[in-house]
Amino acid sequence: MSNRALGSPPSPGPQPVVKSGIAADGSSRTGGFLRGGNPRIWDGLFYLAMLGCALCVLALVGVIIYELTTRSQLSWKAFGWRFFFASEWDPVNERFGAWPFVYGTIVSSLLALFLAVPLALGVATFITEMCPRRLRETLAFSTELLAAIPSVIYGLWAIFVLVPLLREYFEPWLARYFGWTGLFTGPAYGIGMLAAGTILAIMVVPIISSITREVMMAVPQQQREAVLALGATRWEMIRIGVLRNARAGIFGAVILGLGRALGETMAVTMVIGNRPEISRSLFAPGYTMASVIANEFSEAATDTYLSALVQVGLALFLVTIIVNILAQLLVWSVTRGMPARGHA
Amino acid sequence: MGVGIKVERLNAWFGNVQALHDISMEIAANHATAIIGPSGCGKSTFVRCLNRMHETIPEARASGKVRIGDLDIYNGTAAVQVRRRIGMVFQKPNPFPTMSIYDNVAAGLKLNGFRDRKRLGEIVERSLKLSALWDEVKDSLKKKSGASLSGGQQQRLCIARALAVEPEVLLMDEPCSALDPISTGKIEELIFQLKENFTIVIVTHNMQQASRVAEFTGFFLLGKLIEFDRTEKIFTTPSDKRTEDYITGRFG
Amino acid sequence: MPNSPESRPIRVSFRRRSMNHLVTLAAATAVLLVLLPLTAIFAYLVYKGVGSLNWAFLTQIPKPVGEPGGGMANAIAGSALILLIASAMGVPIGIGAGIYLAEYASNRMGDLVRFTADVLNGVPSIVVGIVAYGVVVLAQGHFSALAGGFALGMMMIPTITRATEEMLLLVPRAIREAAYGLGISRWRTTLSITLRTATSGVITGVMLAFARVAGETAPLLFTAFGNQYWNWKINQPTAALSLQVFTYAISPFDEWHRQAWAGALILIVLIVVAVSALRVAAGRGMLKGTS
Repeated sequence: MSNRALGSPPSPGPQPVVKSGIAADGSSRTGGFLRGGNPRIWDGLFYLAMLGCALCVLALVGVIIYELTTRSQLSWKAFGWRFFFASEWDPVNERFGAWPFVYGTIVSSLLALFLAVPLALGVATFITEMCPRRLRETLAFSTELLAAIPSVIYGLWAIFVLVPLLREYFEPWLARYFGWTGLFTGPAYGIGMLAAGTILAIMVVPIISSITREVMMAVPQQQREAVLALGATRWEMIRIGVLRNARAGIFGAVILGLGRALGETMAVTMVIGNRPEISRSLFAPGYTMASVIANEFSEAATDTYLSALVQVGLALFLVTIIVNILAQLLVWSVTRGMPARGHA
Repeated sequence: MGVGIKVERLNAWFGNVQALHDISMEIAANHATAIIGPSGCGKSTFVRCLNRMHETIPEARASGKVRIGDLDIYNGTAAVQVRRRIGMVFQKPNPFPTMSIYDNVAAGLKLNGFRDRKRLGEIVERSLKLSALWDEVKDSLKKKSGASLSGGQQQRLCIARALAVEPEVLLMDEPCSALDPISTGKIEELIFQLKENFTIVIVTHNMQQASRVAEFTGFFLLGKLIEFDRTEKIFTTPSDKRTEDYITGRFG
Repeated sequence: MPNSPESRPIRVSFRRRSMNHLVTLAAATAVLLVLLPLTAIFAYLVYKGVGSLNWAFLTQIPKPVGEPGGGMANAIAGSALILLIASAMGVPIGIGAGIYLAEYASNRMGDLVRFTADVLNGVPSIVVGIVAYGVVVLAQGHFSALAGGFALGMMMIPTITRATEEMLLLVPRAIREAAYGLGISRWRTTLSITLRTATSGVITGVMLAFARVAGETAPLLFTAFGNQYWNWKINQPTAALSLQVFTYAISPFDEWHRQAWAGALILIVLIVVAVSALRVAAGRGMLKGTS
């Protein structure tokens, strides 16, 4: 007897012949509609394909490390570690010293952090703890929007808006009141370390701010309430109940911002002046590791020249990776250790 | 027409923990058999061994013999083939959320290679009628998603989905425990009707439900089958003291 | 008695209260200072860019130096070509790796792949360019869109992988079990049920990756290299919108500066449009009434 015949109105057309019971080979009763073939083969192939994709990821990082180390061999052999401490960058005579770039990278990044961290912390604190609910989404979204702007557009804006502003207003002002520090001396072209640090700061604020927000939101509500119950003002509650608990994570956010600043290329290249000089003044032009690669890679005429640039790239890669790993660990120590808060 | 199930010395483990000990029983064709017992006694594990779902959990395994009709499901058949022959309805209704009602019911067929679109439509209609859902959804088969139905309707949708592939055995793992009394009543009625054409094994923690729908009942305790007999006998004159204690509510 | 300690209200000191207000003010100022460049940049893009946008700009290739007019049509096309290549590489590998992490990976292997993806994510874009140069440009002997696409594809993978994994893990186990119970094989379940349920989130991940690489310039500097003419061959140097904006911006010509703004405006608009179009396409595939 067929299952299909019972309990339903008679259907038009011939009924297919149906075997009763499950046949010994497990074949279907509805006339073998099931696709034959061994499902295990397809399962295995699929698994291999997915594994292959995952292995591609591993392979890509391997390729990166391989490329960077092998193509910088020439330069390593010629200059060794002293490469990073020598100041002379002379492609014509094939003498390469990367210290100006290292210096420029460090200074521009530190300057960026100096400007960005207070701003980012302020924004994060405001959005998480102070602002009315309705504004929260819009503000958060706006700061994320900053992160979406491509670097070259930041650079474009920096060249034609920021640099003139610096040159006409800010740099003369800084020279007048703070010139005694030695940081603000020399001709104020606008283009230079200060411009680079400033545009970097703007670019790095969204990252620091969004990770800080995440970390602050991971602090359990009970911590805030405990401090408030002691009669603290809102700021005191934030300072003691939230920021102190999230310290490690905030530090991690800052380091993450540092990682981003170190690797940033286009906007910095467009306003830093691209001169391998070391100067105390922030008005002076400079050069970063990323910028020298961007500017000179496609024109490197000799193998040693190219190799030296790749060596710079290798150093940049290693420093950025270490910084990023450190930052991740710090952030995890807060967000994983604490139970998640229920809402934003 | 349903087929009988013969279980011989079934054992099951989760890693190193043994969940089922030497289960042997014969489940009658075209009848409903209830599996009862306190929480953690192995009822769900047992039923999941009948369609080899147990082994989808990492580090889970089973040994023994289970014959469904003529087929020895642990010996020489791919698990996937076994599951195409046995339908399963789960505790919490789980329709595919991104698919319409029609696609949900057709999923078992379409994803196993069925291509005849006209017959597919007929099968979907028939399955929905069998699970008493047709009248409620016939106008929005392709427009509404499976997840937009009420709990009781979703469960009937899952039953239709399981029936569409024409299994001989229908396994039901506490199908009503997440539903309200009215939906529960509808599904119990359904089981009555389905019994004529399918072999049903239903896990339930509700003894009244067992006595309402099942002709046979098996009582499990701590991974062992304590007693297996006609339902009336189990609930009126159980042979084992442990069964009697459970029935009368002394534990569980 | 009115002045006894029990009836005197407790007041927070003036210093503490004013500190509280000061900090709130400082934080609000920070927000304004941060939103200021945001609005300034968008305002300038529109203000300076719109004026130079015309049909000629969108359909012509650059004119030689000194001649006014011309456009960035080839750069727009070139960007599209490069991004197509990048997506063809990055999307399948990214989704595949995500599926592997969510459905198949053991703990240790999973941790390794995730860690590696994070490392890949953190590589500076200029370094990605160096690697693509070594792998593709040197092997072929010339710059090409393929090399540019390879670089950008590498950068897309970590974002897509992480989003895919997260979305797949959100699909409840019960859904997979329902599919297994129907006798659907594992690979079919993963593709047609699990991945399908997670489609919306996966597409968001792809969008994010796409938007991120669409504006990248550094990796293209010595891979795609740029081109003043039309190019549709993947094996030749190709213009790209971001490259063109860069070249024009640092040039000494006012005419090119004007076009740089227009190009930048188009770049931002295209990114936003592409992202929204993908969202709409994903939305059409969803049924009404699904969560």
